[in-house]
Amino acid sequence: MDEILRVEGISKTFTLSKKQQKIERTTLRKKVAVDNLSFTANRGEIFGLLGPNGAGKTTTLRILATLIKPDTGDAVLDGYSVVNEEEEVRSRIAFLTSELKLEDFFTPNYLFDFFARLHGVPEAEAAERKRVMFERYGIDKFAEVKVQNLSTGMKQKASIVISLAHNPDIIIFDEPTNGLDVLTARTVTDFLAEMRQQGKTIILSTHIFSLVEKLCDRVGIIIDGRMTNCDTLDAIRDGMSLEDRFFEIYKTVKGGEE
Amino acid sequence: MRKQGNVWTIVRKEFARFFGDRALLFTAVIMPGLLIYIVYSLMGENIGKSHQDDNAGPTTVYVDNLPESLRGDFDSIPFQLVTEGFNAVALIGDSLADKEKNLIYVNFPPHFDSLIAAYDPMGGEMAPNVKIYHNSNSDNSELAYQTVKTYLEDWENSRNNMFDINANAESPDAEETFDMADEDDSLGEILGQLFPMLLMMLLFSGCMAVAPTAIAGEKERGTIATLLVTPMRRSELAIGKILSLSTFAMLSGLSSFLGIILSLPRMLNGDGVDIDFAIPYTTSDYLLILCVLISTVLVMVSCISILSALAKDVKSAGTLVLPLMLLVMFVGFTPMLGGDAPEALTAYLIPFYNSVQSMASVFSFNINPAAIGITVVANIAYTAIAVFVLTRMFNSEKVMFGK
Repeated sequence: MDEILRVEGISKTFTLSKKQQKIERTTLRKKVAVDNLSFTANRGEIFGLLGPNGAGKTTTLRILATLIKPDTGDAVLDGYSVVNEEEEVRSRIAFLTSELKLEDFFTPNYLFDFFARLHGVPEAEAAERKRVMFERYGIDKFAEVKVQNLSTGMKQKASIVISLAHNPDIIIFDEPTNGLDVLTARTVTDFLAEMRQQGKTIILSTHIFSLVEKLCDRVGIIIDGRMTNCDTLDAIRDGMSLEDRFFEIYKTVKGGEE
Repeated sequence: MRKQGNVWTIVRKEFARFFGDRALLFTAVIMPGLLIYIVYSLMGENIGKSHQDDNAGPTTVYVDNLPESLRGDFDSIPFQLVTEGFNAVALIGDSLADKEKNLIYVNFPPHFDSLIAAYDPMGGEMAPNVKIYHNSNSDNSELAYQTVKTYLEDWENSRNNMFDINANAESPDAEETFDMADEDDSLGEILGQLFPMLLMMLLFSGCMAVAPTAIAGEKERGTIATLLVTPMRRSELAIGKILSLSTFAMLSGLSSFLGIILSLPRMLNGDGVDIDFAIPYTTSDYLLILCVLISTVLVMVSCISILSALAKDVKSAGTLVLPLMLLVMFVGFTPMLGGDAPEALTAYLIPFYNSVQSMASVFSFNINPAAIGITVVANIAYTAIAVFVLTRMFNSEKVMFGK
């Protein structure tokens, strides 16, 4: 197995504001979002981080995408540290989340060129890549329509293709199908499977069991910022449905607290 | 190599954003200048018109007991003169107070000539009194009153004339000039007070039109985070943003300024003042102003960008910038508070104040090259510091992703 990602004991603590304390119903000033988390992912697989909301999945992915720094620990992507070699890491990943958006004012065509340029992709290469990708995902039909006038599905397709302008090896995808209608969700899952076929590594987070069962090769279960189980899908399931198995694990972990 | 390339990529994107958005281009660049031009021109025309309206009817000067010695003088006043055949009580109580206001009523004491001939200023008695009834609400009545009053005062002075001061200095064929201020100087003083303030405010509103949207707006819409996951350096993003926003703010400010320059003559002409604005300044003056303006807009955009990066959305960016705007406005007024430009060169290290004073010095023809040099260099240095700060902010997860 060719290991492409190694996460080593990352932790992240946030300071809560008074308002956040109320929302979280806690009097603690600090919230441990990620607690000494370690896992690895192999080249060419889809690795799923599964956990309830607030478990620390998004924080983990943000650390991998170098948007935030871990308090302790490090992660090495394709040989580069997310703590010390952020620019190298960024040039090798695509990071997709509903929080990262495309500017409404521009067209997919313009934005593809813009991001290809920021990634330093040679123009001829970018143009060819754009042609192929736009055709493959049907973006050529609305390539000159401003993002603000696109439907949610079109926007999602455009975001995905534009994030791949520099042909990264690793795709980090936070909640790939959240808030999407069934058709768009299907496009996204098909896309992820296709990317795996092309040999790309995909790290995704989700709380949807069916998505994990359908797509993921290996799964890490995160509860309260800690990795409770991390193995192949089959090994995790242990002969049960993923949902049943998850709640079994969940009860074991939470049982001690309640 | 790549570094420059990324800055240029960002600048090009921002330009495409501003110049491609016709609505934004119109509201931020074209409209301010156009609006100022139209409004000021209309104001000028209306001022002209209202003067004409007032002048429409003739003004009448009613005089009782006009002394013979003054008859010649009164015949030559530029108003209609009536010395008999009117009812003084009706004039004062009814017309002047109420209906027909284009008049004044002058009442000399009977036998005025012999009264003043007999009057002894040292005798302790009250001097003979001329009563002039007028209505200060009417421009015409007020004008006639002032004219007749000046007439009589001059006449009184000339009766016991012992010496003159600057005789005939005001007349067009005066042989000697006593007021050594040339016209450029006095115009320069007015413009030196007015223009820096106007330019500062217009530039600031130009910055406000773009900077909060481009930084707080991108943060709010989640588009800046998309940029932050590219391998571009944060400093490149900061430089690219500041350069492009400054260019746009500069255009917006210049548009407004052009509107003012072009409409001011029309506005003042309406008021009967004829000043040619183009003449007093040379190309090098304009170039100096431009240098100061460019360095100023960089500092303004930097400050607003930093505040916008702190804000979580465009609306709160506006609130955060408000105190800065008040400060800039106040500083803009400093040339009007009197006093000359500061001598100490260290004063030109103070941002905004240095710009205002430098511009005032150019407009009032008191250019101090060292001061302007320090202003420009200091402003560029502040911009560099701001780029550093903004870079740190783009790097800070608290600032960029804090909720």
